[in-house]
Amino acid sequence: MKNDPKRILRYTPIERANHWLSALTFILLALSGLAFFHPAFYPLTQLFGGGVWARILHPFIGVVMALSFGIMFFHYRRDNGITAADREWLGHVREMVDGDDRNMPEAGKFNGGQKLLFWLLVASMVLLILSGIVIWRAYFTFLFPAWIIRLSSVVHAVAATVMIALIIFHIYAAIWTRESMDAMLYGWVRRAWAKQHHPAWFRQITGGDR
Amino acid sequence: MALQSLDIIRRSATTTPSPGQRKTPEVAKLIDVTKCIGCKACQVACMEWNDTRDRIGTNHGVLDNPVDLTADSWTVMRFAEVVTERGLEWLIRKDGCMHCADPGCLKACPAPGAVVQYASGIVDFHEENCIGCGYCITGCPFNIPRLSPKDSKVYKCTLCSDRVVAGVEPACAKTCPTGAIVFGTKEDMLRHAEERIGELKERGFARAGLYDPKGVGGTHVMYVLHHADKPELYSGLPKDPAIGPAVELWKGAAKPLAALGLALVGAGAFFHYVTKGPNEVSGEIEKEFDDEK
Repeated sequence: MKNDPKRILRYTPIERANHWLSALTFILLALSGLAFFHPAFYPLTQLFGGGVWARILHPFIGVVMALSFGIMFFHYRRDNGITAADREWLGHVREMVDGDDRNMPEAGKFNGGQKLLFWLLVASMVLLILSGIVIWRAYFTFLFPAWIIRLSSVVHAVAATVMIALIIFHIYAAIWTRESMDAMLYGWVRRAWAKQHHPAWFRQITGGDR
Repeated sequence: MALQSLDIIRRSATTTPSPGQRKTPEVAKLIDVTKCIGCKACQVACMEWNDTRDRIGTNHGVLDNPVDLTADSWTVMRFAEVVTERGLEWLIRKDGCMHCADPGCLKACPAPGAVVQYASGIVDFHEENCIGCGYCITGCPFNIPRLSPKDSKVYKCTLCSDRVVAGVEPACAKTCPTGAIVFGTKEDMLRHAEERIGELKERGFARAGLYDPKGVGGTHVMYVLHHADKPELYSGLPKDPAIGPAVELWKGAAKPLAALGLALVGAGAFFHYVTKGPNEVSGEIEKEFDDEK
């Protein structure tokens, strides 16, 4: 697999490791966060050693995710500039969802949908970090007036719900688009896969049609 | 306080009925601010009965001592010097949990059974279920619960639920030397307040009235105020307290809607997969790269 001329490196080992660090911390945050959000999910605190441990751990896991996600943001932000072609891609998104990609404009390393998801995730994460600091009762909440704490509690819950929905979508898209999970797990993709799903990126990497 | 209780009408973070077979009358503590002399005997009685000992603080140049509620001081006297149409007045209010009929702390609490409301109207914290998140502080319209730095649990006035359940009045009411604090059924206390307000009006306090704010469904600690039209004069007693719109949204409609929304996203993804199938590399492109196999 090393330097296989028939395959293309899509994600470096560092990129992969960091992505999965974000993924793991996100899952832990979603599980513990949902536990505080609705009583139906409260038993999830048992995964963390009970309610008190879940309350203690959640914000620290959040710090790890904020750092990991922050690295991803700076690494990928240039790859995610939304172009005219991406806007056209998004305009045809219904066809894509229907499984018909004939009219889809050529996607680069990331397609329009992935880029939109990227920016929505960034926005959610910024809101979660800011509101999360405000409601971290052990260290920061005493610095803020009641109305900001109340507002932050709502913002945190809403942004988290949006982010969980986006990540469910993100995971599904990776399952739906065969072999993209392999790309993030092992780093390398088949040339056919690259040409199918990211033709502009494929040409840029290979300098041709093959 | 943990009590094996069968007269619970509401528990925090619980969607099924609470053990509530026993019926007990609704109680209330009536604090007649016009009779209070600021002796702080209620503060002492509270600490004595509940076995809490606050640390010795520092003098801030005012009579308020301690200057704020703490996890050890569940009630404090707040002294306000205000100028009214009657001249300089010294308004002394015994602050503490109001035991709202619609408690913001209970609504906000994510830990099942950490906040309970008894049929008597008493709102009690069961600290063994508390996880220390402080959401109750966020939800409280009166800024009452305090997180203990010692054990990261929240504490507040219990209305001496352990005394009331045995048929005796709260420690503060028992000790008050002027009778400014009285305790009984809510009905009796409303009647008592009415008589007192009548007397005050006769004696020239035209705006005297009862503080039993409807925004939180009424409270089980009520005040008789000489200036009921301006409760803020009494060290910032809120004029129209209510669980704010942010807390209502956060712990009200948003919860079931968000849970449903997430379930729909998951179900949508699943049914998309089984109806549309996976997004694979097309046969044509596969043929172009046959040499890879």
